[in-house]
Amino acid sequence: MVLHTLNQAPANAACMASALAAMTAQDTLLLIEDGVYWTLPTFASQLANIPGSVVALAPDLQARGLTSDAIESVDDAGFVALCVSHDKVVSWF
Amino acid sequence: MIFSIVVQASPVQNQGAETALRFARAVLAAGHSIHRIFFYRDGVQNGSALSCTPQDELNIPQQWQALAKQHQLDLVVCIAAAVRRGVINEQEATRYKREQWNLNDAFELSGLGQLVEACIQSDRVVTFGGRS
Amino acid sequence: MSTDGILVLTRSAPYGSSAARDALDVALTCSVFEQPVTLLFLDDGVFQLLKEQSPSAIAQKNLNAVQQSLPLYDIERLCVGRSSLEQRGLSGAELILPVELIDDADLPALLAQHRHVLSI
Repeated sequence: MVLHTLNQAPANAACMASALAAMTAQDTLLLIEDGVYWTLPTFASQLANIPGSVVALAPDLQARGLTSDAIESVDDAGFVALCVSHDKVVSWF
Repeated sequence: MIFSIVVQASPVQNQGAETALRFARAVLAAGHSIHRIFFYRDGVQNGSALSCTPQDELNIPQQWQALAKQHQLDLVVCIAAAVRRGVINEQEATRYKREQWNLNDAFELSGLGQLVEACIQSDRVVTFGGRS
Repeated sequence: MSTDGILVLTRSAPYGSSAARDALDVALTCSVFEQPVTLLFLDDGVFQLLKEQSPSAIAQKNLNAVQQSLPLYDIERLCVGRSSLEQRGLSGAELILPVELIDDADLPALLAQHRHVLSI
């Protein structure tokens, strides 16, 4: 079980493609920083069928005026909890 | 659980250093320990004592210093990356014949071996990057 | 499954930024400290391994020279994403060193085999 963090906006689709290629159904993808723009409906739909689950970091959503309906959000404590509940963390940036 | 954190983002140009700072606080608040925070690439700028920010903005290097003091954190700046970027302590200033130095005294200059050692000692290693 | 050592993940082209050199330095240091280390080149990171680099005119050190020393440092595995190569019209034959080509489907297993993954 791997926690993947991704901080790149949708313009950097190659970063997302590589992260997704490395994911399994047990993994979680945490969108942070500019990565939270992937929660916009037009992009989130591309993540609907990926292996594993997707969450977004709440302070980064709030900062950017986004509300994530399709994708669950976690706070900083939730980020730490995800690190604990997964075996390792892989950062995509 | 034992964490180490790798910061590759500068405190000003990217958000990554601030994300790492918040993450470090959350790790400690959850009762985990931090073995080391290792600053690499442009992340070494977090170790400058001369970073000046407007009063209504967060001074991230000072925040690291305060957090380190409160929790006795090991803040290590990659020496090879730091000296190239002009982040040096008195000892390196002498070695390179410079008259000034600027390393925040909450930080220590050391080699990449400290990153590898952090990996050996830690249950989780979490990297915060910039871009490029 | 054993989970040992460190995977250094590098996704940046050489010379335009210091990322390639910085990733290589981390891998070499792992080796010096006798930690099993794998280098994984994905995306533009595969450009790091192209032959016949000659960066003297841009005042940089030749990465190929460091790469050729990797076997001496016991860097156990050099892995390259097959799809990253193919997307760029490249093949293993154009690379400076023999590498292990990793299919996308095998990436999760590669991550799982290492205790930590360091993205540079």
